[in-house]
Amino acid sequence: MRYLPLTPDDRAEMLAVIGAPDVDALFADVPAAARKADLFDLPLHAGELEVERELEQLSAMSRPAGAGPFFCGAGAYKHHVPATVDHVIQRSEFLTSYTPYQPEIAQGTLQVLFEFQTQVAALTGLDVANASMYDGSTACAEAVMMAQRVTRREKAILSGGLHPHYAATTQTIAHAEGMEIVRQKAAIDAEAAVIDAIDAETACVVVQTPNVFGVVTDVTKIAEAAHAAGALLIVVTTEAVSFGLLKSPGEMGADIAVAEGQSIGNSLNYGGPYVGLFAVREKLVRNMPGRLCGETVDADGRRGYVLTLSTREQHIRREKATSNICTNSGLCALAFTIHMTLLGGIGLTQLARINHAKARELKAAVQAAGLEVLTPRFFNEIAVRVKGSAAQLVDDLLGHGIVAGVPYSRLDPHAGLDDVLLLCATETTTSEDIAALKSALTRKAA
Amino acid sequence: MTMQNIGRPTRPEGPNGGDTAAEGFASLTGGRGLLQDEPLIFELGGWAKTGVDLPAAAEDASDLAGLTRENVALPGLSEPEAMRHYVRLSQKNHAIDLALYPLGSCTMKHNPRLNEKAARMAGFADLHPLAPVATAQGALELMDRLTHWLKTLTGMPAVALTPKAGAHGELCGLLCIKAAHEAAGQGHRRTVLVPTSAHGTNPATAAFVGYAVQEIAQTDDGRVDLADLESKLGPDVAAIMVTNPNTCGLFERDVIEIARLTHAAGAYFYCDGANFNAIVGRVRPGDLGVDAMHINLHKTFSTPHGGGGPGAGPVVLSAALAAFAPAPWVVSGPDGLTLVEEAVHEAASAFGRMSAFQGQMGMFVRAYAYMRSHGADGLRQVAEDAVLNANYIKARLSDVMTPAFPDGPCMHEALFDDAWLDGTGVTTLDFAKAMIDEGFHPMTMYFPLVVHGAMLIEPTETESKRELDRFCEALRALAATAKLGDLERFKGAPHLAPLRRLDETLAARKPKLTWKSDVALA
Repeated sequence: MRYLPLTPDDRAEMLAVIGAPDVDALFADVPAAARKADLFDLPLHAGELEVERELEQLSAMSRPAGAGPFFCGAGAYKHHVPATVDHVIQRSEFLTSYTPYQPEIAQGTLQVLFEFQTQVAALTGLDVANASMYDGSTACAEAVMMAQRVTRREKAILSGGLHPHYAATTQTIAHAEGMEIVRQKAAIDAEAAVIDAIDAETACVVVQTPNVFGVVTDVTKIAEAAHAAGALLIVVTTEAVSFGLLKSPGEMGADIAVAEGQSIGNSLNYGGPYVGLFAVREKLVRNMPGRLCGETVDADGRRGYVLTLSTREQHIRREKATSNICTNSGLCALAFTIHMTLLGGIGLTQLARINHAKARELKAAVQAAGLEVLTPRFFNEIAVRVKGSAAQLVDDLLGHGIVAGVPYSRLDPHAGLDDVLLLCATETTTSEDIAALKSALTRKAA
Repeated sequence: MTMQNIGRPTRPEGPNGGDTAAEGFASLTGGRGLLQDEPLIFELGGWAKTGVDLPAAAEDASDLAGLTRENVALPGLSEPEAMRHYVRLSQKNHAIDLALYPLGSCTMKHNPRLNEKAARMAGFADLHPLAPVATAQGALELMDRLTHWLKTLTGMPAVALTPKAGAHGELCGLLCIKAAHEAAGQGHRRTVLVPTSAHGTNPATAAFVGYAVQEIAQTDDGRVDLADLESKLGPDVAAIMVTNPNTCGLFERDVIEIARLTHAAGAYFYCDGANFNAIVGRVRPGDLGVDAMHINLHKTFSTPHGGGGPGAGPVVLSAALAAFAPAPWVVSGPDGLTLVEEAVHEAASAFGRMSAFQGQMGMFVRAYAYMRSHGADGLRQVAEDAVLNANYIKARLSDVMTPAFPDGPCMHEALFDDAWLDGTGVTTLDFAKAMIDEGFHPMTMYFPLVVHGAMLIEPTETESKRELDRFCEALRALAATAKLGDLERFKGAPHLAPLRRLDETLAARKPKLTWKSDVALA
């Protein structure tokens, strides 16, 4: 077998050194009743060619986003990733290394994390970022629980514009930890309702911008209201490219910013792995979850980097840790950092402007096709009202080779918004794609 | 898996951490031959630069007046500069592709490149998580096949695929257990029993879910103390969390009795599957009475560790817990496979959602490619060779180091204590750092906590006998040197790494977590 270096002779020699008659003797502690003498009922080993063929067949059974007109966003975004990114993340030294617990031989990973943290802090407009979380949704849940630690209050208010998966994840995880989660009713401009719900028991308010319907909101007023009540404002962003154009969460008064970083450097991957961004104000740093990389010096006084403030973490604090998190999303964070480094601030802004311009083109097209656009201010996503069921419309347009977006009902079937369709355009969307959508919608309306 | 700082000095000793002058030669410009001295990207002057050619955008963002930012103050690099920057950094990392990486409980095995190739196929990598299910049949089929393999290998009837890492899987398992207790009117059960030798994530996860954590004692031969377990299993206990093989690298001989006692007390058996690599293809956790177990795809099933993630931690579940698994999951319908994404109708008892979307699909593809490559026969050989390699290391080092549990075989990892270093002045940490100078990554140190100065060595099955011998010879030579009193070799180690010992105390006392400009940026 190609992944196993030992030969039968090696094994015999090694057993002799060990002093065991056979390999079964090494499994002597396993109760006899649980030792399987026979092979499990699964196929036997297969060559690389054979396995590759099977996987190619499976891959071919799906339709990739790049196969034709495609307008899905809602938490995951199709962007172009420079070839350099995927090359570098496949270097053995990055791909096949462990968490950098031995800093002397992990400076590559550590310096990247330090660069990543600095980039995330700059994008979110906050002081400090951690070395990444699993994804945006789990980062959101962690932020809510962090607010509980900081404020010693139990209630979290989730705006009705928060991605329903983020709300459900937060509800599941933070509720398990004992918090009261108030989910506000889904609505296009839901942010307006948040301020009235803040009270003296509120630990935090969670607001997404651009929200799940694509609406861009200046949350400064919400920040003021939250702070006046002693609560924290958590701002969620699912489309990291929007940081290139829109006011940052920090600038608008957020205490914690969490985001899905997939858009920068990472593929769609049918939902994972992604990379959660997590940034806070300086004074909150010791309450942060997840890994942190910090600068220090080595024995010769040379600058270097280590994982730090680990007394917050589970391997030291065990049941008193700030979180049970053990891994971050290292390689996805590396991809993010490289792509961000290639873009630079200038490139990101340009990319964001292109995304916005494409979305304006998309908006004009669907309006021309007779659909009602619900999103007043948007970045690269819009919500539209269709006649009848949005899910049905997506099915119908698939028949024309167009993936027309995400029916809101798929994210939240209980909201009574079955006629709302979420559409997204990015730099990968062509004018021909938009024209095809417009023409199909027009024909359907006719 | 994690490393312990307990008992471990976190700042280099002495003003200079050892005599570096003796090491002599330094370059004039700061690098060390091929190891370039590489600044941060923020120090490379690319504030007005980008390495991506984009079309000119329509400048009009007037509809966003008052909502836009002035600029993004981050530097860019051209493609050749960026490539060089990150390749230079990469050369400062140890990696499994360079040499044995014996981190106990971390299972640093070879990462096949076929897995990488498969994960990048367009039908997996370029597939949107909310794409219509009719357009995602290949991905759903792969998830379904992976599920079948995991169920068959563990002898468990259900799998929750979505957890994104081992600790996330633990959380998922405990939430299933909590939901099952609540459904049965047993919501008053508030305690989780965890052995002292457990991974830190176990008590952290239990506490996170609101359980009180109580420790179970360990016997002298490194196993769960059955009498102590029995005395603590009362009507208040919701679950036990036991790693098997355990973190001492030993199989819990009484595991079936542990399960029986646990179930008799009305509690569930959560098994930490971090060490599944030792038994895959040979032993099914379902036959041992396990109710829930996470499987680290990045350990047993060879998905890359990537410098600290991403991982993947699917959880296999017993029939008693299956109904509480979180959404989403794959089901077969009249039009092919589809996803159950909401806790309604037949899924009403699902406890909720662990994250957005379907889990770590990229890792599912890699793990499945690995399973298919090995097959039932190869996976069995994986466990056998992993255990053989660990026992070989134990046998080859037992005369110069002190195995923590000398009697009987170990499983996939060999645990030593620091008794053999008594009187040498060398600590476990010093010894581990000296291994770096010999070209090896240190073993897991000071974990498990139950063994003094623990050194936990896990070679995995992907090491050749030649590499194992090279490793054993290096450790034997180091051990002999330690006993001869060559303290400088150890106290100042590593001498030959890109950097020498780093001052962790300074890093924590004055945290500097982002780069900041010395001058105001335009």
